Amino acid sequence: MTTPLVVTRRMTEHPNDSHTLDRYQATGGYSQAKRSLGMSRDELVEEVKASGLLGRGGAAFSAGLKWSFLAPARPAYLVVNGDESEPGTFKDRQLLERDPHQMIEGIIITAIANEVHHAFVYIRGEYPKPARRVQAAVDEAYAAGFLGEGIFGSDYDLELTVHLGGGAYICGEETALINSLEGQRGEPRLKPPYFPAAKGLYMKPTIVNNVETVSNIPHILSMGTDEYTGLSDSADTGTFMMSLSGHVNRPGNYELPHGITWRQLIYEVGGGIRDDKELKAWIPGGASAPWFVPSEHLDLEITKDATAAAGSMLGSGAVIVMDEDTCMVKAAERLVRFFAHESCGQCTPCREGTTWLEMILRRIEEGQGRAVDLDLLVDVSDGISIGLSWPPKMTTICPLGPSAVSPILALKDHFRDEVDDHVTHGGCPFSAADKADSAESSDPDDSGGST
Amino acid sequence: MSVWPESVQDRARDIISRYPEKRSAVMPLLYLAMSQDGHLTDDGMEEVASWVGITPAQVQSVASFYSMYKREKTGQYLVSACTSISCMLLGGDDVLHAVEDESGVPHGETSEDGQLSVEHVECIGACGGAPAVQVNYELIEGVTPDKARELVRWLSTARPEVINTDEMQELFGGRRSFDWAIREETGAVGPYPAFQPLGTVEGSE
Repeated sequence: MTTPLVVTRRMTEHPNDSHTLDRYQATGGYSQAKRSLGMSRDELVEEVKASGLLGRGGAAFSAGLKWSFLAPARPAYLVVNGDESEPGTFKDRQLLERDPHQMIEGIIITAIANEVHHAFVYIRGEYPKPARRVQAAVDEAYAAGFLGEGIFGSDYDLELTVHLGGGAYICGEETALINSLEGQRGEPRLKPPYFPAAKGLYMKPTIVNNVETVSNIPHILSMGTDEYTGLSDSADTGTFMMSLSGHVNRPGNYELPHGITWRQLIYEVGGGIRDDKELKAWIPGGASAPWFVPSEHLDLEITKDATAAAGSMLGSGAVIVMDEDTCMVKAAERLVRFFAHESCGQCTPCREGTTWLEMILRRIEEGQGRAVDLDLLVDVSDGISIGLSWPPKMTTICPLGPSAVSPILALKDHFRDEVDDHVTHGGCPFSAADKADSAESSDPDDSGGST
Repeated sequence: MSVWPESVQDRARDIISRYPEKRSAVMPLLYLAMSQDGHLTDDGMEEVASWVGITPAQVQSVASFYSMYKREKTGQYLVSACTSISCMLLGGDDVLHAVEDESGVPHGETSEDGQLSVEHVECIGACGGAPAVQVNYELIEGVTPDKARELVRWLSTARPEVINTDEMQELFGGRRSFDWAIREETGAVGPYPAFQPLGTVEGSE
């Protein structure tokens, strides 16, 4: 398939210096930021709305609509979310490292559209190299007069601060991110207000956009909405970064048009399953997304609506592929362990529920499971997300707790036999071979780890 | 009265000047405190409190929320092995066990000589190059159990002053999530992120 590269084009064509200001400007960079200084807020918001750009952090909310919600009070702030921590996701890392000026130009345009004079990039603490690259690019942009007082010789001032996280997945949730940036514990805020656009950083109107979302903005302006929406044959416009990992022959980040099928993604783009094994299941949109299985979902189109109709989501674009030799109980345990570790602890259903799910899954995996344990897992899950519907019903301030339910649903709907096998065999049927030589080693528990 | 040397105080003032409100500087200042003491001490938290005008208890409340603020003595080298889903699928658990076995340090602990700490971590965004390991948050992708053992031996014999991601990737790494393309000469000097505004990046440019 032909792939019209947008946000990864420069790094593909100029791999040795795509991160420098010289290369960025030599390939047309910062011309749209300059141009946007002459455009009104309404013009810019309408252009981005018309482009159909959906937020790429996981929620897939219209970026232009989000901008239009910004309350009139000033100062307003822009926070770019580079706290990429959803298991399976590594696309923003590539955009930050390989093309930081593209994001900075997107920040300048977004700031102008939203009358922002101080913007922040929040990068997860475990990404020091991307943070170094971004800081170096920010320093270059300041020196060139593209940031700071009177950008591009205009009377518009814009400060940009790079902020490093402390190792907490939950800070990817936008209100937790804002609390963290204020120097507080990274706990999500109680809603309402539903959008930081009303009350965000320092209780001022705030736009929070993902790195990939912002990186698309200069291209929307330079291509125009017709060309940008034309990149895709499906209802979702533009391109989409997908992080492919697990048992595929060619893992990596791929910028793809919306609307290809899962079969194309896994077998053509990803080169098929390692060692010619059978595909057993895949997670279509990061650790939070309900799993897909080949018997039902391989020929579905990769679009927001088609994925939602099938009971899952594209989320952060992370696709985790599992082959026939994968123990589904262990995979579920590992995913649930993540949510238990990352629960901020504010809401009881999440704090207690994720911990219980992890403990029950571990005892099944280790051979101490009971026949009723799957029902128990479903029951505990129902306590976190009542009715186990999709999208999940919330008993909590944020979606972290309900996300931990996705692997349980997969076990219940597709791999019930495998859970039963663990119980009747008194252990994991997949690890018989390596149990012998690693009898001393146990699976790492959740103590002492960090994100 | 600050206990920090004048140059570090200048650094603190520079960090605070980057934010509209002082309190926002808590997180970078906590890293600055770690870079002074090797881990986050009570004195370090008191110092941060006085810089931003909140109480030490408030600072501790923030610090205890995040996993990268190490409040216990941490080795000069913090080895973090990812055992989240994508790394686990490709043998991340075996890599962790190799690190533990070769170093004699179980995850969550520090060697008796104070040189090496081992932890297992949740996803570090290197899933395309799984399994992944970080040393002082500098990344190595495509690590095997054998390479992990070599890494541990290298840390204890070569005792590198600066931990450089490209050097480690070359020596101990394999498949990467994407082409890293450009080599860095600098790196980390302790169990906290190497980032210019914190003054924690060292090595020649």
